[in-house]
Amino acid sequence: MNKFKFDWLILPVVGVLIILSAWHIAGGKKVYSLTTGTEELGTAVSALPEGEAQWKALAPKLKSGQLEAKLVKNLRPDVWEAISASFEEKRVGLIPDLPNVIETWDSSKPYIIDPWAKRGEMDQGILRFTWYSLVLVAQGYAIALIIGVPVGFCLGLSSTFTKMFDPLIQVLRPVSPLAWLPLGLVLFMRAGPEAGTYAALFTIALCGMWPTVLNTAVGVRAVPQDYLNVGRVLKLSRWKMLTKILIPATLPYMFTGFRLSLGIAWLAIVAAEMLTGRPGAGGFLWQEYNALIYEHIIFSILTIGVVGLILDRLMSLVEARFKAIS
Amino acid sequence: MAFLELKNVSKSFDGHSVLSNVNLSIAEGEFVAIVGYSGQGKTTLISMIAGLTKPTSGEVSLEGKIVEGPGPDRGLVFQNYSLLPWLTVYENISLAVDQVFPQWNADQRRAHVDKYITMVKLSHAKDRLPKQLSGGMRQRVSVARTLAINPRILLLDEPLGALDALTRATLQDEIANIWQTERKTVILITNSVDEALLLADRIIPLTIGPGATLGEAVPVKLERPRDRTSLNHDPEFKRLRALVTNQLIGFNAARKTSVTKKLVRPEIMPEDLDQPRVNRPPRRLGEEKSETLTVA
Repeated sequence: MNKFKFDWLILPVVGVLIILSAWHIAGGKKVYSLTTGTEELGTAVSALPEGEAQWKALAPKLKSGQLEAKLVKNLRPDVWEAISASFEEKRVGLIPDLPNVIETWDSSKPYIIDPWAKRGEMDQGILRFTWYSLVLVAQGYAIALIIGVPVGFCLGLSSTFTKMFDPLIQVLRPVSPLAWLPLGLVLFMRAGPEAGTYAALFTIALCGMWPTVLNTAVGVRAVPQDYLNVGRVLKLSRWKMLTKILIPATLPYMFTGFRLSLGIAWLAIVAAEMLTGRPGAGGFLWQEYNALIYEHIIFSILTIGVVGLILDRLMSLVEARFKAIS
Repeated sequence: MAFLELKNVSKSFDGHSVLSNVNLSIAEGEFVAIVGYSGQGKTTLISMIAGLTKPTSGEVSLEGKIVEGPGPDRGLVFQNYSLLPWLTVYENISLAVDQVFPQWNADQRRAHVDKYITMVKLSHAKDRLPKQLSGGMRQRVSVARTLAINPRILLLDEPLGALDALTRATLQDEIANIWQTERKTVILITNSVDEALLLADRIIPLTIGPGATLGEAVPVKLERPRDRTSLNHDPEFKRLRALVTNQLIGFNAARKTSVTKKLVRPEIMPEDLDQPRVNRPPRRLGEEKSETLTVA
């Protein structure tokens, strides 16, 4: 197959369209189902002013006693008022409760076109929610790096330290953010109204730390012996050895760790917000699930995914810069 | 008293003897080349002199003081350059200079670094990173870095081993020139007899391991500066080259190499197809034999 110039653009678009169509087909839609006989409805409509014409227009749209939600919008208000009592709302489709693409878009539009809006605690523009999440992630991530890098260096430099703590790290590493959060809540129970924030930071820091710790340790162990010999021949002090040789030589590995840590921190924030009910991308998702607005769940998932992708790309750029040097 | 002295130095790794009973004494200002086959402990020997590894037994002393660890009095030029890739040429050298001459002010140090960059003809490339340099240029930076710390003795560990023949020749001449002007004590580790003859006052062959040691030294009394083209026709040069080469070949011949081959004899067994698969014996009962061959 010839490589088309815009493959990088067109193929992803095609992929997205395929998935969107599949989602749309699987999704349900809202219809109004007639509870009385068609004839009774006809009599009711005809009784209205210009009722005969209205009924002529309406009757063909009634398919097996169901009226699609979008058609209702086009009806004259007084007509709908007169007949709405004879209908009941229903969802039909392959998965009736899954909102389809159009419903999701319609319902999410206010959050996108006014992304900085603040209409209430849990009703804010999507960028504002994302910003809350990002601020919390940044704090937790900073804690993760501040703790993770020195721990990684200790692991890489000292085999005693490795033997002591590596098994423990391997046990703690696979624990899900959802499991850490309750512990965080208990730890900061007496911290007052900000307890939820501290618990979220605790979770993010603890989960996001491991890739940084492990990659730093690997990086330190991978520093070529030759570089260390250069330092030994020059009799560099321990501090200079660290700052002039070990840290620069480990940086590319550290940045790989930083990138993976950021990904995990972003995973953890969603879980933390869901459980603590904080406003944010994840908190919004959970709130809208409880409010039965399923469209917003999908919208939140997409937002979280896109933000995660952007964060990862940004970190890759930084990482590539450091990789290019050594 | 010798300037640098190795007394009964032996080194073994996990019980495998690499070097045994190495005795060497070098006078100040002397250029000594140690020639030997690859993998026979040349780098181990120079690492011990540099203090990067400790001898299993025996001792290394420089100016009467026993070598306990690495230090800037013994400048080591590494086989693979060992430049720090995140520092420019200038920064690589200044890292060493700043460390060794802390008493100097910034201007003195800068002038010192520049002097050595000029000496190895890299002034145009002083702000480049090592990856932007060719192999020969990198090795020149490495030489400049080592010379700039003004070591008492210069240890060159196969410094030109990874370079192409032309670059190698140019750098050999540069090393010869630098030695002429600086008159440092130099130990050059090499596997090239020609290179040793071109540069050294004395050539010491390294025998073949396990337990390699230094062979009989060959003094090189050729006029300096030595010119590689006229040297090729010099009868003394030819004699020395034959002498050293034969000595090295002799080491190899003295060692009998044996190779143990593992042979697996295939044996095909009939299969009883009535047996369920798990209970069937393996279809091929391999029998392992080994055979030892002596290579001439």
